[in-house]
Amino acid sequence: MAGFLLRRLVNYVVLALVATFLAFTLASATFDPIGVLQQRNPPPPAASIEAKKRDLHLDQPIPQRFVTWMSGVVQGDFGRTVADRPITDELGRRIGVSLRLFLLGITFGIVFGVLLGVVSAIRQYKFSDYFATLFSFILLSMPVLVLGPLLKLGAQGLNDAIGSNVLIFVGEATPGFQGNWFESLVDRLQHLILPTLAIALGQIAFYSRYQRSSMLDVLGSDFLRTAQAKGLTRRKALFKHGLRTALIPMATLFAFGFGLLVVGGTFTEKIFTWYGMGDWLVVGIGSQDANITATVTLFVAVCVLFSGWLADVLYAALDPRIRVN
Amino acid sequence: MTTSEIQFDTPATPATEGPVLQVEDLHVSFPSEAGRVHAVRGLSYHVSPGEVLGIVGESGSGKSVSSLAVMGLLPSSARISGSIKFQGRELIGQNDAELSKIRGRRISMVFQDPLSALTPVYTVGDQIAEAILVHKKGAVSKAAANKRAVELLDLVGIPNAVERAKAFPHEFSGGMRQRAVIAMAIANDPDLIIADEPTTALDVTVQAQVLQLLETAQEVTGAGIVIITHDLGVVAGFADRLMVMYAGRAVEKGNVDEIYQQPRMPYTLGLLGSIPRLDVSEKQALVPIKGNPPSLTDLPPGCPFAPRCPMVVDACHTAEPPLVDVDGSAEHQAACIRTNEIAATDAEGAEAAVEIFGAEVADEPEVAKIPRDQRDIVLELDQLVKEYPVNKGVVFKRRVGTVHAVAGISFDIREGETLGLVGESGCGKTTTLMEILNLQKPMGGEISVLGTKSSDVDGKRRFAIRRDMSVVFQDPMASLDPRLTIHDCIAEPMQVHGYAKDEINRRVPELMRLVGLRPDQLSRYPGEFSGGQRQRIGIARALALEPKLVVLDEPVSALDVSIQAGVINLLEELKSKLGLAYLFVAHDLSVVRHIADRVAVMYLGKIIEIGEVDSVFDAPRHPYTQALLSAIPIPDPVKERQRERIILTGDLPSPANPPSGCRFRTRCFLHAQLPPEKQRQCIEVEPLREVQAEDHEAACHFAQIRQVL
Amino acid sequence: MTVILNEGDAAGTTGAASGSPVDAAPEPEKAMTRGRLVLIRFMRNKLALVGLVVIIGMYLMAFVGPLLSKWTYDQQDYAAFLEPPYADHIFGTDKIGTDMFALTMRGLQKSLIIGLLVALISTTIAAVVGAAAGYFLGVADKALMWVVDLLLVLPSFLIIAILSPWFRGKSWWLLVIMLAAFQWMITARIVRGMTLTLKEREFVKAAKFMGQPARKIIAKHIVPNMASLLIIDATINVGSAVLAETGLSFFGFGVQSPDVSLGTMIGLYAESATTFPWLFLFPAGFLVVFVLAVNWVGDGLRDALDPTSTRVRRKEKKTKEKAAA
Repeated sequence: MAGFLLRRLVNYVVLALVATFLAFTLASATFDPIGVLQQRNPPPPAASIEAKKRDLHLDQPIPQRFVTWMSGVVQGDFGRTVADRPITDELGRRIGVSLRLFLLGITFGIVFGVLLGVVSAIRQYKFSDYFATLFSFILLSMPVLVLGPLLKLGAQGLNDAIGSNVLIFVGEATPGFQGNWFESLVDRLQHLILPTLAIALGQIAFYSRYQRSSMLDVLGSDFLRTAQAKGLTRRKALFKHGLRTALIPMATLFAFGFGLLVVGGTFTEKIFTWYGMGDWLVVGIGSQDANITATVTLFVAVCVLFSGWLADVLYAALDPRIRVN
Repeated sequence: MTTSEIQFDTPATPATEGPVLQVEDLHVSFPSEAGRVHAVRGLSYHVSPGEVLGIVGESGSGKSVSSLAVMGLLPSSARISGSIKFQGRELIGQNDAELSKIRGRRISMVFQDPLSALTPVYTVGDQIAEAILVHKKGAVSKAAANKRAVELLDLVGIPNAVERAKAFPHEFSGGMRQRAVIAMAIANDPDLIIADEPTTALDVTVQAQVLQLLETAQEVTGAGIVIITHDLGVVAGFADRLMVMYAGRAVEKGNVDEIYQQPRMPYTLGLLGSIPRLDVSEKQALVPIKGNPPSLTDLPPGCPFAPRCPMVVDACHTAEPPLVDVDGSAEHQAACIRTNEIAATDAEGAEAAVEIFGAEVADEPEVAKIPRDQRDIVLELDQLVKEYPVNKGVVFKRRVGTVHAVAGISFDIREGETLGLVGESGCGKTTTLMEILNLQKPMGGEISVLGTKSSDVDGKRRFAIRRDMSVVFQDPMASLDPRLTIHDCIAEPMQVHGYAKDEINRRVPELMRLVGLRPDQLSRYPGEFSGGQRQRIGIARALALEPKLVVLDEPVSALDVSIQAGVINLLEELKSKLGLAYLFVAHDLSVVRHIADRVAVMYLGKIIEIGEVDSVFDAPRHPYTQALLSAIPIPDPVKERQRERIILTGDLPSPANPPSGCRFRTRCFLHAQLPPEKQRQCIEVEPLREVQAEDHEAACHFAQIRQVL
Repeated sequence: MTVILNEGDAAGTTGAASGSPVDAAPEPEKAMTRGRLVLIRFMRNKLALVGLVVIIGMYLMAFVGPLLSKWTYDQQDYAAFLEPPYADHIFGTDKIGTDMFALTMRGLQKSLIIGLLVALISTTIAAVVGAAAGYFLGVADKALMWVVDLLLVLPSFLIIAILSPWFRGKSWWLLVIMLAAFQWMITARIVRGMTLTLKEREFVKAAKFMGQPARKIIAKHIVPNMASLLIIDATINVGSAVLAETGLSFFGFGVQSPDVSLGTMIGLYAESATTFPWLFLFPAGFLVVFVLAVNWVGDGLRDALDPTSTRVRRKEKKTKEKAAA
């Protein structure tokens, strides 16, 4: 068992490396930071352009650039941006901003998604099922780039109705906020609610659809009938035997759901002006910066792979058929 | 098996007077695409304490639905009316909480498919303990329930129960899972056990074990038992009374002996006549019941069996006949207006069926008159070997062992001859078949088709051989492409082999007629045909290229008995007409006895006995053949009760790790009785096939005749 | 899952053409064929039917609508800047006086065409590659599986975003190709899985044992038997392609000016959602309604095409409830 998880981990590390290499290569091949530089007005002197080229290692072939960059990464140095600022300085803060959003989003998404799915399945074809189905269909059809501004619009309405700024939709904290830890926490919460909702709602919709169908599969199963034939009430059989088994396929979705989350996060950060990793990617591509792009890709890859590995662990924990092998 | 440790309170004394279960005028219907399906239509029966009631019927006759209604386990979309009284208490209308106090405590159930009946994520021991705890919360501690679960597993004959209780269901074989389900069913000493096709998904040897276990369960609990089956053989020796169901109603009820000997309803007669008998050596005529069971959405007035009945008269179409007493006894009832006329015939049971349904025996093919050794060899296997690697690991697979699926088998099939290849699942018969059909160079040994060795043929020659050898598969639902019309299905082999379009268009309708179907249905799709008809289409396709050899992989095992007889008759007729040779793979020895000329018995990748069919069945030499034959129930209550049964212990060993010497020795009753020095021979020396009689070989060091039929 | 389908769908024509039935005249009393059954089932699903009408309506509107409007997308009304909807400009105007209806229709056109093209191309690739990989297994199969794994780690959104500086200023066709190139893998994996199952089905074995070559088996037996899956998938893929396009265009990584799509409009006007909501709400509304309609149709097709669908009960219950109400 431990061997299996270890092998999976190794496999994931290789995948993450390949993904980062690909991103770095593609970015280096298509980006033209010098071109951006040259278009400045007034144009910078040729000597400084040459210096910039050297700084960015543009005189080296791409694989060599990757090796240079990667050997820095191993030592904790992610290189410098086109504007010549060390990436490592900003990295920690941005990861913190993004992870806060991701972790909350995925926790709410899974917990409420599973609950909604189960309720939907058990009350199949009743009003609550139709309502949940409609809810998730609409949310699945509504990308964050639409949901985010809509939430803003709603929050504005709410704020106007209350007459004070309860929900704040710009940034992750009020700049220069003064106050004790509690007030500071409340301030952060006020900023956090909308972006978290923007991420979590889609995740809830995603997980609830799969939980519903997985639960429905189980509802017709023979073992549920056996459990009832033993004398368990339907409700008890459903939760003890049904839900427990229906959770198994959900584990495999975990990694996939996380991938969606990362992409959704990029939009959320942009819309709510959070300076996280997603925002950085947009900045990186905008300034044609291969190092930033590769760093964000590495972060995304590590996140997705960690969640994939966690899914493996969960899967093994939930399903004895995997465990024994 | 020891019952000493287990306490079952007062097995013999019933809790109340009167029947345990009394069902009156039960109706169950479901919604469906085509309208309401009336699955059960006015069913009444009762079960007395300690009595075994057999409910017999084909798929869709409503037998399972009626028992699920008793348990209160029908889906909420079902509409139920009538009365179900358990120990005098009405069950219909009770809520889930009330019913769950009775379920598992007073009434328990054993389901058909043991593979899916247990929750995959809990251990077997926990699931049995749960059955106890749910009813005796507070009174029994968790530890005590676990201990009791182990005792129950021991009682149902699971070796090493303490360890096995901690295993998960997927680590159990099908037979063991069914035992665990039975352990669960008897855990609370119920008053009624409903067993819904408890042995259908199991091999014959395991079926015998489970049936014996149910008998034991009945003895220790004193419960009434309802056993539901489609197989008249299974209940013959076990049931006290029988109820035959057709189209949602009981059409005949009575004591077992009476129903088998004096059936008074044509459907029962047909059922009895359609079963090939293991104990009849001369070619017996099988009774096919023409047509298919009616759709239960809107039945026409009159007897629902009338469209299929050979005795139908105009009066049958006016009203549905009620159950009436026959032969002046209230114990025996039948729903037919012509019961008296059936009673008037001299013949009994199956013979009466042959007379009334007018079945015939197909002639021997012309070639069969030539002595066997002068006929051409169509297929020859010489020491065929097939092994599979056993891999472990999900991502990085590594080989950890070898499955010896086929371990050097030899046989030949001559022109116009049928060889039956039999054995339990996992014995290697399907692998053998696939090796023959793939026509690739075998891992070891040789396959020759019409004298051409598969090891030295090129693609072109292989393609040519495919013309002479065709296949009919088991599952008629899966063997025809649902997206092609019947015409295209049958035409495909001819198109592949380059027949001219005119030729194909001439031949396809001809083939349809040959297999007894109307050519005007050629533009339809497989989905519009019943299982039996599809199997006929599959046969037509197999015959399209006029092959010499037809490989039949369990061709009738997915069909209902009444349909099965028609397909068997067709196969025999075709063989006689076209001089075909068959390789007939089956697990049902009765069918093999009926159709085959020679039989080969496989066990763990080896042929342990082979020879002329009557010689092998009447005088089996190998202990495994003897056990296999004795495990098969005969549809004759009197014979069944007198028969001595050899019950094999345990399951088939893993072919990845077969026992040394004789592969059967771990389950062999003969081996167990031998003195140690003789046992050594079984352990150390692999027995080779030796001639026992004319065209009869067996691979046993201590082969001796034992009659088991 | 068994997915079977007879006449009435386009993907299966390869197989049915190769032999004409003897009885050319179809029987008048012929039992309900699968094609008709599917149609009836689909028609009974009200949401799917509504979805279908919406989709057709939107395509019509996108192409016919502009002809009926008196404004064109590149025309400015100097008498109306940032006007909310009124009779003259039914969707209002933006800050330079562009008619929002004309602009939205223009964006809708582009988004819908991209969605349709991407779905068609990617589903075709998926069917061919997936079926071949599943049937022949071996190296090609391993490569496919690995690429799909990689794509989970390196979301296609990221790749196309990284490549966007390269196709800036080039035709939107390039975007179609890029989107299609990264959308087929997941479907291919599903197709591969189904091929593995179909390969074990007895009718495929029967074809093999009668000497039918592998290429023909795939064309005649395997792909037609997945027709329903492919149809459902192509439908859903239209929605996902539109979403992917809008997502990329939102950041300026997708459709480039002078072309307009719903995504570029939402990206442009998302900031104004709280101040001039009509600028954002119209393109966003069209996007959500279109994707929702596609999802409903996809769901309806799944129910209609999948014979193991459990909705039969629902249908009767629904009608019963309706009768009771």
